[in-house]
Amino acid sequence: MSLSKIKFDKKIVLSFWIILIALIIAAPTLLPVFRLNLLGRYLSLSIVALGVDLIWGYTGLLSLGQGIFFALGGYCAAMYLQITSSSEFPNNIPEFFALYGVEKLPFFWEPFRSPVFTIFSIWIIPALIAGLIGFLVFRNRIKGVYFSILTQASLLVFFNFFNGQQKLINGTNGLKTDVTQLFGQMVGSESMQRLFFWITAILVIAAWFFAKWVVKGRFGNILIGIRDDEPRVRFTGYNPVIFKTIIFSIAGGLAGISGALYTVQSGIVSPQFMTVPFSIEMVIWVAVGGRGTLLGAILGAVFINYAKSLVSEALPASWMFIQGGLFILVVTALPEGVLGWIQGDGPRNLLQRLGLKRKIETYPSLEVNNKEGNNE
Amino acid sequence: MNNKDLLNLINITVSFEGFLALNKLNLNLKKGELRAVIGPNGAGKTTFLDVITGKVKPTKGEVIFKGKSLVGRKEHKIARLGIGRKFQSPRIFENLTVKENLEISVTTPKSPLNLINKNIKDEQLNEIDRLMKIVNLSQKVDSKAGSLSHGQKQWLEIAMLVGQKPDLMLVDEPVAGLTDEETDLTADLLKSLSGENTVVVIDHDMEFIRRLDSNVSVLNQGTVLCEGTMETIQKDKKVIDVYLGRPED
Repeated sequence: MSLSKIKFDKKIVLSFWIILIALIIAAPTLLPVFRLNLLGRYLSLSIVALGVDLIWGYTGLLSLGQGIFFALGGYCAAMYLQITSSSEFPNNIPEFFALYGVEKLPFFWEPFRSPVFTIFSIWIIPALIAGLIGFLVFRNRIKGVYFSILTQASLLVFFNFFNGQQKLINGTNGLKTDVTQLFGQMVGSESMQRLFFWITAILVIAAWFFAKWVVKGRFGNILIGIRDDEPRVRFTGYNPVIFKTIIFSIAGGLAGISGALYTVQSGIVSPQFMTVPFSIEMVIWVAVGGRGTLLGAILGAVFINYAKSLVSEALPASWMFIQGGLFILVVTALPEGVLGWIQGDGPRNLLQRLGLKRKIETYPSLEVNNKEGNNE
Repeated sequence: MNNKDLLNLINITVSFEGFLALNKLNLNLKKGELRAVIGPNGAGKTTFLDVITGKVKPTKGEVIFKGKSLVGRKEHKIARLGIGRKFQSPRIFENLTVKENLEISVTTPKSPLNLINKNIKDEQLNEIDRLMKIVNLSQKVDSKAGSLSHGQKQWLEIAMLVGQKPDLMLVDEPVAGLTDEETDLTADLLKSLSGENTVVVIDHDMEFIRRLDSNVSVLNQGTVLCEGTMETIQKDKKVIDVYLGRPED
């Protein structure tokens, strides 16, 4: 099921990392800024996908509301950038407030003047809200499809709330970040985008290691136990509510980091981050990449989104059909996702079926052969 | 009730929308006892386990375990008080290995913090080794539990139950689907566990119950019909009528 169970040759692992790090360092010089920026955005999406894999692939909680936490992270980052770049505007507050006649900064903006607070809020606020929602839902033993519906309903509540709050957070227009300043430079500038790309690449790797650490060992086994047979976990003396709340909270925190990185690289955060299709897409990335593999979530997010932008450039309007088809293909033919299929000996089975590879000897014939040869 | 009793069920009634699954059931278990519970289908055997383990809340009545009331406690709290349960069909974690399954059961304390930042204790690893030897699964340590045969799954679940170190073990149909040889071994295993542990075995298999050589409680229509050794209950007319069938059969 998980990649860690398969033992790779140490040399292969080492060369994989060397190539990966070389690519990350070289990417800004190899790719035009436009493409680099796209890659950075898709890499940041892979962090939210890791969270989806933790809660869905490992714990069996299909959340259709990860957009909430993703957007919250984005808003935290954008509020900091707007407030610290507002010195030349009336009342020293972000420009959009003037449109609605707001003269005093709403109170909850104040702490976002602090960079330290912002860095922490980006993941702690989504994690806390996820933990709170999760605890209430899990404590009442709401699961399966009811959990999915509930998360989607929460998403709509947040979406409508953010959409309607012009005077607080510029409502449906969202908060722009590309013309704000950070370290004395424009956030949308080439050099800043290059920096964000590197930060994103490092954080994706860090998030991957973090997720691997979470699922390794007994904690991860309990998550799998909850996914496969929750009452059994309970009768063994574990409280699934706590475990589910913790993992949902972790996924929320990862979504927040992902949203913040995505925001600074796309130049705006808006309630559009909390639309229903976007949160469903996050699930599709993980389903296609491979549930319960972690790496599959990263690859799924990056490749599907890159394909989306390439296809949309060539054949506008056809992407939705391709994405739908991809999802149907995975559900019917590759239920474990692409990476799960590869790990599950899928390619060899396919080659055998096509007659291109000899079948491995089956268990009974091995026994017969052994009887002749060894004393087994 | 006296203080040598580990468990007392007092006048337990469970009503599912008017249907009485258990009806004023009384049952006392002594410490170290091995008790078999038999009864026809629908007699309330599984509901009886559900009440003790907290899955079902009794409509009326009281469950006292080690002097504490269990009614209203959550399942995992009851499990931590020292009640372990083996389910009718083997319920093991099929996507985990045999060893990982046992790790889940022997780990204490069962808190997320302990699981995430500490390694399993050496004494717990030794316990796992010991359990795997008892149930003959040492060769299968790293196999997925889902790949085991039915009998091995049953035994793994029994090993998980023992690994939990419960004071009271509730074992629901441990020999369903096992071969005769496996059945005999299971009976010996359960007998060896009693004394130190208190064991309740629910089953249909008469040969198996006889082999346990324990006190038997016969359940019928949600209440205890009769209690005693196998010989006494086999002579009891009420039991013959409802369960064993008439002698001329």
